[in-house]
Amino acid sequence: MRQWLPLLRPCDWLVALVAASLVGVSFPLLWRGGPADKAIVKRDGRVVAELPLNITKRIEVEGALGISVIEVRPGQARVAADPGPHQYCVKQGWLTQANAVAICAPNHVTLALAGANRGYDSLNY
Amino acid sequence: MTVSTIDLTVGTDDRRVARYAAAAIALTIAEAAIPSPLPGVKPGLANIVVLIVLLRHGWREAVWVSLLRVVAGSLMIGQFLAPGFFLSLAGTCASLAVLALSMRLPRAWFGPVSQSLFAAFAHIGGQVALARLWLVPHNGVFYLVPVFAASALLFGIINGLVAAKFLNDDNPAT
Repeated sequence: MRQWLPLLRPCDWLVALVAASLVGVSFPLLWRGGPADKAIVKRDGRVVAELPLNITKRIEVEGALGISVIEVRPGQARVAADPGPHQYCVKQGWLTQANAVAICAPNHVTLALAGANRGYDSLNY
Repeated sequence: MTVSTIDLTVGTDDRRVARYAAAAIALTIAEAAIPSPLPGVKPGLANIVVLIVLLRHGWREAVWVSLLRVVAGSLMIGQFLAPGFFLSLAGTCASLAVLALSMRLPRAWFGPVSQSLFAAFAHIGGQVALARLWLVPHNGVFYLVPVFAASALLFGIINGLVAAKFLNDDNPAT
């Protein structure tokens, strides 16, 4: 150990210290609340699934009429299939923005994206 | 057989670049055998060679050795033109750009360890930027930045110390 220390010049310590503090700061800054976004699936207002948006997954949710299929890809989520008559929530396609919501009213199923920065204080339907 | 009319003269600097590049490529291959928990978290041993070339022979030769290392190294491990190759190239270009500036800092104050740290952080910066723009167009990439930064800090210091040791042996008087 001792033989290595003379190899460091005065400002090397400074650079290493600044680099170390940058690394230290980056952890709380970038790991705040885990990966930024997740998709929340609810049935009759009850949360049935929370999916992180950094994976690819397909889940089926039992609703009032039948099964809604929710699909998640990195950074986005959608209702892939729904038994409702108008298919509004399916036609919305991929949701990408935080606080975006797809509501399959006939089937009592909603899909909402939650982000680190909430765009609204509250939403009502 | 027709005698070739093209005569390529090989200078001493060419031989030197080739020798250094060979050493860097050997380290790249050795490193490819080390298992890594995350792609991108690597010791970057070849950077020791690049640092030594930079401080002994200047930036132009460091660019040669570094780019030869990336291209030939990726050919050797079968990664040429694979995503890993482009990430490596982006990281190398970023760190060479930073080294071009940082090597102008006074040598008495900023030694190889500083240069190594600048290069290591520029390397992950370039890689993450390319990954965000091209491979994973989603901010989830930044989730891994603290891990990359921590490994850049650790290996930046170690590689810098090793390079400093070699350079110190050049002229023990200083």
